[in-house]
Amino acid sequence: MAEAEKKLFLQVRNLKKSYGHVEALRGVDLDVYTGEILAVVGDNGAGKSTLIKSLAGALVPDSGKIIVEGQTYEQLNPRQALDLGISTVYQDLSLVNCRDIATNVFLGREPLKYRLFIDKKKMVQDSIALFNQLKIHIPSIHALVGRLSGGQRQGVAVARAIKFGGKLLIFDEPTAAMGIQETAATLSLIKSLGKQGYAVIIISHNLHQVFSLAQRICIIRQGLVVDTVSTADITPNQVVSMITGAAQVPS
Amino acid sequence: MKHFIEKYFSQLLLTAVLLILVIVLSCKTPYFFTWANCYNILDQTSIDIILALGMAFVISSGGIDLSIGSTMAFSGIVMAFAMKAGIPVWGSLAMGLPVGILVGACNGLLITGLNLSPLVITLGFMSIGRGMALILTKSSPIFGFPNTFKFLGSGHIGPINFPILLAAILVVISWVLLNMTKWGYYALALGGNDEAVRRAGVSVWQYRTSIYIFCGLLAAIAGMITIARLNSADPLAGWMVETDAIAAVVLGGASLNGGKGSIAGTVLACLVLGTLDNGLILLAIPSYYQKLLCGIVIILALVFTELRNRKESISVS
Ligand SMILES: Nc1ncnc2c1ncn2[C@@H]1O[C@H](COP(=O)(O)OP(=O)(O)OP(=O)(O)O)[C@@H](O)[C@H]1O
Ligand SMILES: [Mg+2]
Repeated sequence: MAEAEKKLFLQVRNLKKSYGHVEALRGVDLDVYTGEILAVVGDNGAGKSTLIKSLAGALVPDSGKIIVEGQTYEQLNPRQALDLGISTVYQDLSLVNCRDIATNVFLGREPLKYRLFIDKKKMVQDSIALFNQLKIHIPSIHALVGRLSGGQRQGVAVARAIKFGGKLLIFDEPTAAMGIQETAATLSLIKSLGKQGYAVIIISHNLHQVFSLAQRICIIRQGLVVDTVSTADITPNQVVSMITGAAQVPS
Repeated sequence: MKHFIEKYFSQLLLTAVLLILVIVLSCKTPYFFTWANCYNILDQTSIDIILALGMAFVISSGGIDLSIGSTMAFSGIVMAFAMKAGIPVWGSLAMGLPVGILVGACNGLLITGLNLSPLVITLGFMSIGRGMALILTKSSPIFGFPNTFKFLGSGHIGPINFPILLAAILVVISWVLLNMTKWGYYALALGGNDEAVRRAGVSVWQYRTSIYIFCGLLAAIAGMITIARLNSADPLAGWMVETDAIAAVVLGGASLNGGKGSIAGTVLACLVLGTLDNGLILLAIPSYYQKLLCGIVIILALVFTELRNRKESISVS
């Protein structure tokens, strides 16, 4: 994609977050553009999920700035992030297992009739249409989410994020538990989101996936960004050595 | 069909138990299945149902409220004092019912604001409410209320009385709230995964607090009916009612871990417990055996329900 078409959607500046003595983020900088898929890679515990949870408003960073479309925030809450158009598929999926699929898809955004009663019929119909469109197979729309397989649950979380779209879609290891078919469908979906002009962040340990999807890769190691590079300018092997710390590629 | 049975297991089981109880008791004593006695059961159960409805929301949301019994007594006594001071009935209600709202708000705000265990906070308010009731009355009951007020405890409306009618209305309202509104949806979702609800942009503390307020208000209403019926406000009113309410909610298919709850099940469970009580009286079984037998039935049913929940919760919790 040509530089001119890209529009800066979100910037992260010097973001820090510690859990007690564990410094999960030690000053992260990141730029996210609309119409671009950005992959965030790093070893287990590198701080990827902590980073995206700060963007989603699910947790409060200790310091640093999050700049969304020119507006600077010290921290976000989930409501703000959603209103700014940031939708997230969390690594833990953030689903309510004891409730059915449609209820989970619409959690927090239930359609109402007569301004008071939940329009369950609409929720069910829209969910069925959504799952058909995304080619996500589920036993029944009325099934409890806790009864689904891991991959099906991921499908529900992805469907929810897609449904309410917004401007930036964040996927934290969205296909980790999915089968071959579902993975392929989800990835082609994510790819099309980038083409449709959404900003997309995807976290994945699968470098093959990352290289086939993303325009840029952000490599995180021990709470710091090692480098953010264009996928065209780097090889998977170089990325691996940056993830593990074996090599420091100059930016 | 299998799906239906699975989904409404508790409700179906309770209906079956209720039917068996009715048949057995009707065979044992002809008086049991008369309108006078059925009316009696409904009358006795109406207060338990009102209390259990509030508890159903609290337990569904993953909480517990041990303070409802003392809230009942405390708010009743505030009403009694107001009436004794010559304040009209509506004014006295307007003073007494907010006591329940206030206790509920304190419960909810402390639990959410300080992230403390509902068990501990509501246990605290259980003692505070009872203490206030005893202090205000110097531990002796207040009696003698206006007739308009007594109507709220035993006044007839057609074939039923006011408490039964009120309980029925509250059952319908609660059912609609739990099954058809955001408020009920979020109560259940909070009990399942409150972090997921928070991340969905819902104000968790507001919903949680309002659930405790609802429970507190229903406790105050139960207090109102109790003192109106007995024409006396006893600081020891509502002693241990929380155990019956919790038992009814869990028998009705809720899980003490939250995320599950049923209004129909709760009401059925109250009716089963009420019928059992009534049957034992009719069979002239001494009252100390009654408590024992009720306790055993409750434990058996709870163990059964919890085991069933646990088996399920491997996947659904
Ligand atoms: N709630 C928490 N409390 C304490 N420490 C935490 C918490 N969440 C994360 N951490 C720590 O912060 C660090 C970064 O965690 P994070 O989940 O962001 O890693 P990650 O890059 O997403 O890893 P993974 O690839 O395994 O998902 C880890 O060392 C982790 O142990
Ligand atoms: Mg992670």
